[in-house]
Amino acid sequence: MSWLIAGLVVWLVGWGLNVWLAGQPKTRFTRLLVPVLFGVTLIAIWECVVQGFNINPVLLPPPSMIAVRFASSTDILWQDFVQTVIKGAMSGYIIGCGAAFLTSVIIDRFPFLQRGLLPVGNFVAALPIIGMAPILVMWFGFDWQSKAAVVVIMVFFPMLVNTVQGLQATDHMQRDLMRTYAAGYWQTLFKLRLPAAMPFIFNGLKIATTLALIGAIVAEFFGSPIKGMGFRISTEVGRLSLDMVWAEIVVAAIAGSAFYGGVALLEKAVTFWHPSQRG
Amino acid sequence: MTTDPVISAKNLSLTFQTNDGPVHALQDINLDINKGDFVSFIGPSGCGKTTFLRVMADLEKPTAGEITVNGVSAEEARKARAYGYVFQHAGLYPWRTIGGNIRLPLEIMGADKATQDQSVQEVLELVHLEGFENKFPWQLSGGMQQRASIARALAFHADILLMDEPFGALDEIVRDHLNEQLLELWARTNKTIGFVTHSIPEAVYLSTKIVVMSPRPGRTADVTESTLPKERPLDIRDSEEFIKIAHRVRDGLRAGHEDDA
Amino acid sequence: MRGFWYRIGPVITVVIAIFVLWYAGAVALNSAWAYDKAKRAGVELTTSELIADTMSQKKPKLPPPHQVGAEIWKTTGDMVLRGKAFSKRSLLYHSWITLSSTLLGFVLGTALGIGLAVGIVYNRTMDMSIMPWVIASQTIPILAIAPMIIVVLNAIGISGLLPKAVISMYLSFFPVVVGMVKGLRSPDHMQLDQMKTWNANGNQEFWKLRLPSSMPYLFTSLKVAMAASLVGAIVGELPTGAVAGLGARLLGGSYYGQTIQIWSALLTAAALAAALVGIIGWIQTRVLKRMGMAQ
Repeated sequence: MSWLIAGLVVWLVGWGLNVWLAGQPKTRFTRLLVPVLFGVTLIAIWECVVQGFNINPVLLPPPSMIAVRFASSTDILWQDFVQTVIKGAMSGYIIGCGAAFLTSVIIDRFPFLQRGLLPVGNFVAALPIIGMAPILVMWFGFDWQSKAAVVVIMVFFPMLVNTVQGLQATDHMQRDLMRTYAAGYWQTLFKLRLPAAMPFIFNGLKIATTLALIGAIVAEFFGSPIKGMGFRISTEVGRLSLDMVWAEIVVAAIAGSAFYGGVALLEKAVTFWHPSQRG
Repeated sequence: MTTDPVISAKNLSLTFQTNDGPVHALQDINLDINKGDFVSFIGPSGCGKTTFLRVMADLEKPTAGEITVNGVSAEEARKARAYGYVFQHAGLYPWRTIGGNIRLPLEIMGADKATQDQSVQEVLELVHLEGFENKFPWQLSGGMQQRASIARALAFHADILLMDEPFGALDEIVRDHLNEQLLELWARTNKTIGFVTHSIPEAVYLSTKIVVMSPRPGRTADVTESTLPKERPLDIRDSEEFIKIAHRVRDGLRAGHEDDA
Repeated sequence: MRGFWYRIGPVITVVIAIFVLWYAGAVALNSAWAYDKAKRAGVELTTSELIADTMSQKKPKLPPPHQVGAEIWKTTGDMVLRGKAFSKRSLLYHSWITLSSTLLGFVLGTALGIGLAVGIVYNRTMDMSIMPWVIASQTIPILAIAPMIIVVLNAIGISGLLPKAVISMYLSFFPVVVGMVKGLRSPDHMQLDQMKTWNANGNQEFWKLRLPSSMPYLFTSLKVAMAASLVGAIVGELPTGAVAGLGARLLGGSYYGQTIQIWSALLTAAALAAALVGIIGWIQTRVLKRMGMAQ
């Protein structure tokens, strides 16, 4: 009972505090504090509700239990992380984005190919590519290579579309200027069009980080050696040890945010000149 | 001193094929520009002044007639980097500093670092932007960006400067200032300048020769040789001579407009 | 007419090229098995025999288009003709299972997304608390919790269509929130000020300015949401021992090595996605045209 009262109190205090903070003039501090407070309040209420209503931990483990399980399973979590994120997601990401970039540069010289590939690419990007996982497992085996292959296909088309868009982003005037310098194709590409394309390229890279992680994890639902985050999640769900599942999800959340954040930081450095980065 | 014109157009015509039929952007243009001339092109929209500038720059090809720059075809002149071009908007690359932007044509033309450094310093001084080498374009005002754009066009020491309404986007005071500085620069470097503008006072103030053009089809309605002295303070714009020339230009423009009923 | 071929010609070329590559790939990938079989039978294969064999294996590594097409026909049109349209082996049955949870999830997700977006745009507390989490959650692989949701909901007695729809809803509401928030905030200051000069109240501002301005953004997000919803429905079918739906067919096929079954399920899912997104696109064109906002 005391848990429920505590939960109610936390909810009201958290809510009230947030409303008050939101009413203050917007500073970097408040902009950070409000969502953090919201998240913390949510976790606290979760704990209180689970304990207070005696919810079966098999269905919904309280945050405290998840934290304990997390701390005691770091070796397994690390192993899964390496298998899924480093071997599966990252290698697929690098290969897929690299291939898409090269393809964009190649088809840049062939407008005919561009007009053909872009609509097809947009179409393919809307399809449930994750469904190719079983086929790729058949071709590449159970291990991380098939997961990397899924990631390659998932990130290729969004990256291609964004890069091609970026390469078309220069206006007539800037290209005319290059003509007055009698600059060749490659000079124009490296000095003008690639730098100008960077904002679009990074947009594609950021989207690709999310797709890569999802692809690697979900592909493991279709079959995996006895390690990997997707594998762990599906087997632990079968065993009804949901605290382990949540621990894996925490790892996934951290990995996803770190990956995206890393690319965003790189974006800030490379496209420092773009209005969106200058605030 | 050779008396051959630096730029020479003979019976030059350019017809664009559009969805609505052919557009005679230029028809039978005959014009000579001599070394050290400052020639302004003025006329209503669609009269072909920008098109003619672009033909001189080999950014458009004529459909009839002939154009020579420095004695060779426009294309060869472009490949020999015979001119600098200044657009209506500065078009500086935001990912390069001002210095970096000025270096751009030099890098493309394969100049070595020492030459690049020297040129950058020279032209920054010419446009009075010393010390702004490491600033980024967005840190400069519109007028300063346009000056940087002019500096960039001067960086590789071409003898010809082609400018397409470079001050059109700026306010009057800044424009006056830049007009003065452009004249000063012209006096110091003795370049041949082709200048497209909408503004009668600007055309009369800056030029040695004013070409009035009229549209549909684009042709020269009048060519005025300016009688103003080379040294021109801003208040020469109130002198009688200036007003006379301005009137003549205005009449030329009106005549061109009348065909445009 | 020139415009039509200019745009469609390259696409047709690329599509034809894909089919050609597909056939070539089928020969290449299936030839190992063909050679193996021939070696064990002690015969030598000519090229034409090789190609013929690769085109009609029972468990090919890469089934050629016509084989997949035949399987799809066998489990759809053919079954309809024999009156067994909804038997458990019909792809139409499985497609319907997946489609129903996709649509339910999509509708719920869109409603939730629009509701949340309105809250975020009009309430500062919600904006500052929730919006950062919405953005952050896009970097988190949410699909990973699909198995857990299914199992938990099953345990408390909710099974069948609803758990999958919950996953679909979860996946589709994020693009809608992000898109609608952008859309509802898209009118420029000038237009909002004008509303103030007319003393319009919040309701009027919403219905007459913000909502219409957000239409292009809404439709773009709906397309993304629909695709995400379908993926959610498919993945949601995996944990429950793969009984029904296209995801189940995919998983079942992979367990038993039935490659043709996998490919036919995959292509059906792709066709479903294309059709659903296409319908939204068609609605988009008509609505935006009527509103004068057509591109």
